[in-house]
Amino acid sequence: MDELIFFINRVLISGTVLGSIYALGAIGITLIFGILRFAHFAHGDMMTMGAFIAFVLAGVLASAGIVTPLPTGVVVLPVAMVLAAIIALGIDKSFYAPLRQRGARPVTLLIASIGVTLMIQGVIRLIFGSGTRSFFADETKDIFRIDMSWAGAQRPISVTEPQVIMFVVTALLVVALHLFLTRSRLGKAMRAMADNADLAQVSGINTALVVRVTWVIAGSLACVAGTMLALDVALMPDLAFNIVLPIFAAAIVGGLGHAYGAIVGGFLIAFAETLAVFNWTAVLRPLNAVLPEGMALPPNLSLVPTEYKLTVAFIILVITLLARPTGIFKGAST
Amino acid sequence: MSAASTGTGWDTSLRRGLLLFVAMFVMIVMVGMVQGTASMLLILTQATAYALIALGLNIQWGYGGLFNFAIMGFLMVGGASTVFLSYPVNTAFWDSDGPMLLGRALVALLIGLGLVMLARQSRRIGISGRIRTALIVLAWFAGYVIYRSQIDPAAAYIESTAGFIGGLGLHPVLGWAFGGLVSAVIAFFVGRISLGLRTDYLAIATIGISEIIRALIKNMDWLTRGTMTVSPMPWPTPLPQELRALGFTIQDSFIIARLGFLALTALILVGMFFFVQRAYGGPWGRMMRAIRDNHIAAASMGKNVTGRQLELFVLGSILMGIGGAILATFTQIFDPSGYQPINHTFMIWVMVIVGGAGNNWGVVLGAFLIYIVWVISDPLAQLIFVNLSVLTQELGWGAIPEIDSRALQMRVFVLGVVITIALRYAPRGILPETVRREA
Amino acid sequence: MALIELKHVVGGYGGAPILNGVDIAIEQSDIGVIVGPNGAGKSTTLKAIFGLLKVMGGTITFAGEEITNSLPDRLVPKGLSFVPQEKNVFTSMTVEENLEMGAFTRTDDFSDTMGWVYQMFPILREKRRQPAGELSGGQRQMVAMGRALMSKPRLLMLDEPSAGLSPRYVIEIFETIVKINGEGVGILMVEQNARQALAFASRGFVLANGQNRFTGTGQELIADPEVARSFLGG
Repeated sequence: MDELIFFINRVLISGTVLGSIYALGAIGITLIFGILRFAHFAHGDMMTMGAFIAFVLAGVLASAGIVTPLPTGVVVLPVAMVLAAIIALGIDKSFYAPLRQRGARPVTLLIASIGVTLMIQGVIRLIFGSGTRSFFADETKDIFRIDMSWAGAQRPISVTEPQVIMFVVTALLVVALHLFLTRSRLGKAMRAMADNADLAQVSGINTALVVRVTWVIAGSLACVAGTMLALDVALMPDLAFNIVLPIFAAAIVGGLGHAYGAIVGGFLIAFAETLAVFNWTAVLRPLNAVLPEGMALPPNLSLVPTEYKLTVAFIILVITLLARPTGIFKGAST
Repeated sequence: MSAASTGTGWDTSLRRGLLLFVAMFVMIVMVGMVQGTASMLLILTQATAYALIALGLNIQWGYGGLFNFAIMGFLMVGGASTVFLSYPVNTAFWDSDGPMLLGRALVALLIGLGLVMLARQSRRIGISGRIRTALIVLAWFAGYVIYRSQIDPAAAYIESTAGFIGGLGLHPVLGWAFGGLVSAVIAFFVGRISLGLRTDYLAIATIGISEIIRALIKNMDWLTRGTMTVSPMPWPTPLPQELRALGFTIQDSFIIARLGFLALTALILVGMFFFVQRAYGGPWGRMMRAIRDNHIAAASMGKNVTGRQLELFVLGSILMGIGGAILATFTQIFDPSGYQPINHTFMIWVMVIVGGAGNNWGVVLGAFLIYIVWVISDPLAQLIFVNLSVLTQELGWGAIPEIDSRALQMRVFVLGVVITIALRYAPRGILPETVRREA
Repeated sequence: MALIELKHVVGGYGGAPILNGVDIAIEQSDIGVIVGPNGAGKSTTLKAIFGLLKVMGGTITFAGEEITNSLPDRLVPKGLSFVPQEKNVFTSMTVEENLEMGAFTRTDDFSDTMGWVYQMFPILREKRRQPAGELSGGQRQMVAMGRALMSKPRLLMLDEPSAGLSPRYVIEIFETIVKINGEGVGILMVEQNARQALAFASRGFVLANGQNRFTGTGQELIADPEVARSFLGG
């Protein structure tokens, strides 16, 4: 039984945490690709930026002496999302829109997004330095331990408060996005533009408005993902730059342009990473009793060493690109 | 531009190029006057290596339109290769069981690859479709397990007894050539599998490959010493301390040593430059331009597009490998954690875009300019911050904390601003590709 | 007053103009058909009206109002609608969603318009929950026309509505076009099936090299021996 609990704690919970973050980031990348047709490399830094906005707001709230039942980083999230969305709109207007108007190729926009990456990183480090910060410097991070002794286990299932909040917030956002895309006029227009931008324009759809809505959604979701990541681990200037590739992997595995694919891709990549570095000996240890003499399990039985965790995502990314660049759901939604 | 006759157009671009090179020269002299000759030579030598790397990217992107974001990976490969060839021999390793264990790992690797080959050939005995795919996946997995079962104990043994396998103690210039060779081999396989992808997918695939290379080199401690770093790397030219032993002053020894190294790298750059320039001016270059500008038309005219593109990718990567090897040798240290996409991939892109993709003169100019901008933005930002700090103190806001680390980050910001401005106002670079029209 | 009037329109995609002075005028009761050889600027004329390329000279007026170089999101609310020749449905969206996109510019209740479209194309009502990408070529053309009708246009422009369709569907599509015109929607279309289309056209325009060569009623053009010899294949 303890082995199962260990599995739940190490794979199920941390995989879901990582999957939520990847999914929220990948939705933004996939929407931007669907509407504007370019790979937005600065998305990871939009996540970092969102996390820092939330961090500053949380600091303001704390210095005002306001104590909230939930972690402050979560309470300020709605405001941070609005600010992040506004900044995302500003970035588009000042850096990408002029290039689009000139009729620049998607590759030029991709290179431009590298420029934006460098500028955001520079500004963040300029203001906050390059050290690591925590949302929980003055607060305690609550950990829920679910007692499992009734099932004959000694270990509890343990999950932190930010993690629980993350599950709820991600689920709510995904449902909201689904309703928006399938029920609202603007959401349908977004799908129409991703499907066939020329026809959307001919139909009289206000494409400039759709582009703005795309940035608002991508920017605010990036803010949530970044803040959640910072709440779960810690806040660093290169927080999301390191995970922008797994997020791209998630978006590509799900098929660039497909929002639902991005969600599935996010969880797929996250669980692949967690399972690849999981030490199976911990779960299979009871087998030692039945194995014949001299055939004990090795102390570490994982598919890849822990230091290669991120590499798993890159390998999936490269294999997907080579074997099926349109994503694993080709034919399902297009 | 369209109205101007081609003759005068070429003359103005020549004048513009000369002017910009003179401006760069003045900038270098100014840096030398402010920071001292030794620092200037340090910057110049590294800029020369970066120019070589940028030339490599120009072959890939400027000539072929191939999007390579794996530059950092090739620089690391170049660095690791030159470590293996030129670092002194580690007798502790060769006297131990290490070579034998590594030999067994090599055999295991070959067995694994053999299994995969066999599985791929299974079509011949009538196995095809899903079963063949499953068989190939299974063979990969079996090969991986067999290899891991041998390499893991070998790696653990070497790391605990000899540290790492060390080098072969050969001349550093041979190490650079080896860096180019290993890069070529890797580029061949990377290119073979990924060049068919669309541009933006290729960008993402290559950045993924680059990260895989980094993870491998960083964690294969038995081969590269990983994060423990390898130093000091031998130089092909006399080192400052050797010159000091001959009776030179400290300052002179640095200047002369760096001058020697710079002369060697400059020679390589000039040689490569003329080779690339000649090739591009000839029929080979014309074909490459045709493929880049309209590869469908080129393919329909019977040109082997994929083959030619692979040629460009490998050629460019050789220059990157050599450049990476030179950088590692020059700094005398190979530190896998020192490699960052910003410094080693994106900066090269900025050099090529700002300089003018497709124009070798422009790219070399761009490499020197951007490297100098990159290096001087740190002290410049520091100067600004120190003065700002005085101002804020007078205003009663207190001094700016952590000026050093903040100023260092300014260069990342400056790089971003430079590329943004270039894309907006000079999308073809400061020395654009001159399109020569055949009359 | 003409519903749409082009006066000596010159335009192209930058570079040399493709249209070198096109004159077209039709009433709301008309079915106007533009015919001519390949590269004559037929489709380009429709695109010029719809703001999809730059008009460098001449004027375009719609119901007395100048609309030269206006963009589609301004033109659709005024009562213009356009069915492109290719890629004219949102393949990943259902038939009903396709129709809704046609009504994007409308803020009022458009359920009666949708009923009207379904009445015009009964098969679409059956397939309304199906992605448009799964339909046959003829059905897709109906979706495309239905989408364009959802904005309740006064002028419907069609770019080769019969291209790539089987003869049975060609007749059906032409009959539908006449029916739509009967409900008070002006039609301006480009056609390759010149003889067939001119037969029911009230106004015909023969373009060549971006200029008008002949203008008249459909019957007049068919009867003109020179038109018949040069443009209708004898």
